[in-house]
Amino acid sequence: MSPARKVLNSAAVLVLLAAANYAIEHGVGDFQLNPYYARILNLIGINITLAVSLNLINGLAGQFSIGHAGFMAVGGYTAAYITVSAGARIAGLLGGTLAGGPGAAAAMIVSLTGGALAAALAGVVVGIPSLRLKGDYLAIVTLGFGEIIRVVILNIPAVGGATGYTDAIPITNVFWIFLVAILTIVIVRNIASSTFGRALATIRDDEIAAEAVGINTTRYKVLAFVVSAALAGVAGGLSGQLFANPLSPQNFNFVKSIEIIVMIVIGGIGSITGAVVGATALTILPEALRGFDQQFPGLRMVVYSLLLIGFMIFRPQGLFGRREFGLHWFGWPNRTKIPVALTDTADARAHTPQRPVDRRGTLGGSDTDD
Amino acid sequence: MNVLTKRGRFRVVAAALSLLVAASAACERKSGGGASGTGDVLVGFYGSLTGDGASFGQSSRDGAELALAEVNAAGGVLGGRKLRMLVEDDQSKPEQASSAVTKLVTQDKVVAVIGEVASSRTLAAAPVAQRYQVPMITPASTNERVTAVGDYVFRVCFIDPFQGEVLAKFAYSDLKARRVAILKDIQQDYSVGLSDSIVSHFKALGGTVLDPVSYSSGDADFKAILTQVRAQKPDAIFATGYYTEAGIVVRQARELGMRMPILGGDGWVGEPLKNGREALANTFISNHYSGDNPAPVVQNFEQAFRARYGHAPDSIAALGYDAIKVLADSLNRAGTTDGPKLRDAIASADVAGVTGQLKMNAKRDVDKPAVIQEVTYSNGEAKFVYKTTVNPG
Amino acid sequence: MDTLLQQIINGLSLGAIYALIALGYTMVYGVLRLINFAHGDVYMIGAFAGYYLANAMNLDANPSILGTIAVTMGSMAICAAIGVLIERLAYRPVRHHSRLTALITAIGVSLLLEYGGQVVFGAAPRFFPQMIRSEIYSWGGAQITNQNLLIIVVSLVVMFGLQFIVHRTKIGKAMRATSYNLNVAKLMGINTDRVIAFTFALGSALAAVGGVMVALAIPRIDPLMGLMTGLKAFVAAVLGGIGNIPGAMIGGMLIGLMETWLGATAYSTYRDAVAFGVLILILIIRPAGIMGTAATEKV
Repeated sequence: MSPARKVLNSAAVLVLLAAANYAIEHGVGDFQLNPYYARILNLIGINITLAVSLNLINGLAGQFSIGHAGFMAVGGYTAAYITVSAGARIAGLLGGTLAGGPGAAAAMIVSLTGGALAAALAGVVVGIPSLRLKGDYLAIVTLGFGEIIRVVILNIPAVGGATGYTDAIPITNVFWIFLVAILTIVIVRNIASSTFGRALATIRDDEIAAEAVGINTTRYKVLAFVVSAALAGVAGGLSGQLFANPLSPQNFNFVKSIEIIVMIVIGGIGSITGAVVGATALTILPEALRGFDQQFPGLRMVVYSLLLIGFMIFRPQGLFGRREFGLHWFGWPNRTKIPVALTDTADARAHTPQRPVDRRGTLGGSDTDD
Repeated sequence: MNVLTKRGRFRVVAAALSLLVAASAACERKSGGGASGTGDVLVGFYGSLTGDGASFGQSSRDGAELALAEVNAAGGVLGGRKLRMLVEDDQSKPEQASSAVTKLVTQDKVVAVIGEVASSRTLAAAPVAQRYQVPMITPASTNERVTAVGDYVFRVCFIDPFQGEVLAKFAYSDLKARRVAILKDIQQDYSVGLSDSIVSHFKALGGTVLDPVSYSSGDADFKAILTQVRAQKPDAIFATGYYTEAGIVVRQARELGMRMPILGGDGWVGEPLKNGREALANTFISNHYSGDNPAPVVQNFEQAFRARYGHAPDSIAALGYDAIKVLADSLNRAGTTDGPKLRDAIASADVAGVTGQLKMNAKRDVDKPAVIQEVTYSNGEAKFVYKTTVNPG
Repeated sequence: MDTLLQQIINGLSLGAIYALIALGYTMVYGVLRLINFAHGDVYMIGAFAGYYLANAMNLDANPSILGTIAVTMGSMAICAAIGVLIERLAYRPVRHHSRLTALITAIGVSLLLEYGGQVVFGAAPRFFPQMIRSEIYSWGGAQITNQNLLIIVVSLVVMFGLQFIVHRTKIGKAMRATSYNLNVAKLMGINTDRVIAFTFALGSALAAVGGVMVALAIPRIDPLMGLMTGLKAFVAAVLGGIGNIPGAMIGGMLIGLMETWLGATAYSTYRDAVAFGVLILILIIRPAGIMGTAATEKV
């Protein structure tokens, strides 16, 4: 696509988003989107960012991370803290206030950037020790880091500690949420079809072979981790500054990480479209089940867990498996270069026979006795 | 370049149509919220009917529903219209509290909201009511910050700065304690606020307060922190958390050989406190209401509650009852369900409630006395025995 | 000094609980290379099963040792059955899929038990009846209750019992063979399906014992109680050397002591993070754990 075309496309997207935002906030004529549904729309956007960013590390790089909520928390709290402490001043620099317009936009950009950087840093801290491990152990360690982050935040009174960051200022709206979601999709797609992405796919398929071929696996893995974490941090910053969406440590626990995992598992680990569809479905589902949840609290999570188990047993590759959505669904000629990296196959992996590795942990010790 | 196949065109149309349908289902007319009408008056109630706070939610709901039944039996409000309560469960989670109130206010279009008991959850939900200008009356949230959220948030109970003063004074003057330890639940605004208040008042009286010790809601093993407290030999201990932990804290303290008096606030009022068993001897709480108060208004309430539910009410139920009574009275004085006018009516409320005189002050709190009760355990139940009343000011 | 002794006793009591659960984790991982996330929740089911049994037998009003044993046995039976069921329905279909699939399935089962428990039992915490009247013994200025003593003794007995089973019985030998190489064990004529079912049954029964013992000492039970405890017990198993039975015991005790020690300082609210911090350190410094032996990976 020519650069001029790209600029035009981007401008069109921005205008569309701004129009949508205005329509939702102020209504069109005498009609307005019910705030309840508007809220669901916002949550969908945030979850799309989370799912697609997680897909980068879990799907493309094949590293099983279940501490994503931790990065979201780091980004969220940092962003909110920036807005609370410096937001008014930033808005003032542009002659506005935090109530709206360019002032709020500036504050949003600054806080989200701060959140992304903080989360990226967390990604480095978590990534470097964790990515020496494989499979199950990596999963548990990322889980552990997620919990450590949560406990640390719990003990910081400046951001509300255990009771949550109630001072956070709500400046998020549809425009920012979906702008970030679209950017995330673009970023991950571009990574996937780049050399970086191919290296990640190689690492995923056979790490030892990748090293033998000369790929610096640690560097690439950490880099993927950092990008993924930064995007999650931005999602956190959006979520934490959404109206009536309190930032509180217990919202960023293990269960939250699992919810994001369920989204990409159902959509298909390795498919961006799958992540988007999974995120949308699993944002709407709990709301649709809200009536049930009132009668039988916990039923929503029961449905989640049954979905998880069911998919793992019957369709481990998820809904989309390897396929991506593109305009070719609507009849456009298929010019989308589906990157080799992303077509590769959660389901191919799923049916690979077990390699006899890892004698660690044989029962009773691996020394022969008796 | 633009070769759209037949199937492609079909999909485009299908997608566009479904989007349109979804949008029209989700949109509504802006000019809603009519203040007139002749149907039932809808009141929203949100509380922790399930989860750790189940006792609070169920008690406050029971009290509220009794009051509702009485109001309707006496002719309803606004000239014969019945009050109808829509109940939402927040599962003891703050984000569910704000979701529940959002739904009540934006979907169900209630004229007022009653709830919650735990200050953390009320703090999460109050901004929603404030934003949509729907008055909220909390029956039992005592944390100072609750009514500071906005002028649409009210309460019918005393506040923690007062409760802390009451407890500190009782420990100092009656129990002759000079050196106290505090156990607080850092997950709960209520516990943190109450602890701070106790600390400042006890120090002002001349006593010593050891460094406060923290635990989290949901913890079940307190032996490690209690052992440290024991080593510092306090005369009395304040456990400012909720009933789910309080019973176990008391029990484990006694198991460690700690026999000094243990005090708590109104957060101890819940059925699971009975799991402290015999360890509950020599513990005291501050509370809103005492069932053995001989005043007719209290005894009538006790009888009516027992008749309807088969067991005695606790102070949380009494406060739920009072909240509805204040709302009903304010509706009649306002003469309308219009948000701002109803708000003004509540702000000038002066109702004789079961828990005391409910006169709204400028901060939308009420200045009420507190009672001190001794906790006893018999026949598998924890009971609160009246000791003394403390008036504000 | 008596404070130190008291904290050690507190730590050992807590550690014994982790040890009981860690033993089950370590066994299943040893045989199947599967982190059975649902193990902590079987512990929770054990506690609830004990709760209902004890109430049915009205043990709160008539505490008795015999009654306690009956309740424990009943709970063990129920949990063993549940363990076998989980293996058969959820884990066996994915046994030949990738490890990741199995891990996700395990997480799914764990969530199912937790929130299914919430639906069935209600989310509000319940309080276990006192099946044995609490008695406090004083020793050198420290207090220990008879329940805490019981937990420590029971976990030691269980550990020795397990060692015996694994190293001195035929089924134990079959378990070890399966853990070395599933396919070869099959070729040798071992009914691996049955061995695996037995492993799960045994591990789950142990978790049930843990659940009942814990509920005696810390009477609050709720459907989510297995999540954190289970994770920490898993860390204990890794700390001691996953697959190693005495290691699980040692790991459990160490985690319990560390948590208690931290609880005694001003950082008590960081307690939950201790176990994970330990995990990360151990996996970086000595991944095989305290008692484990390092194995090289053949390509």
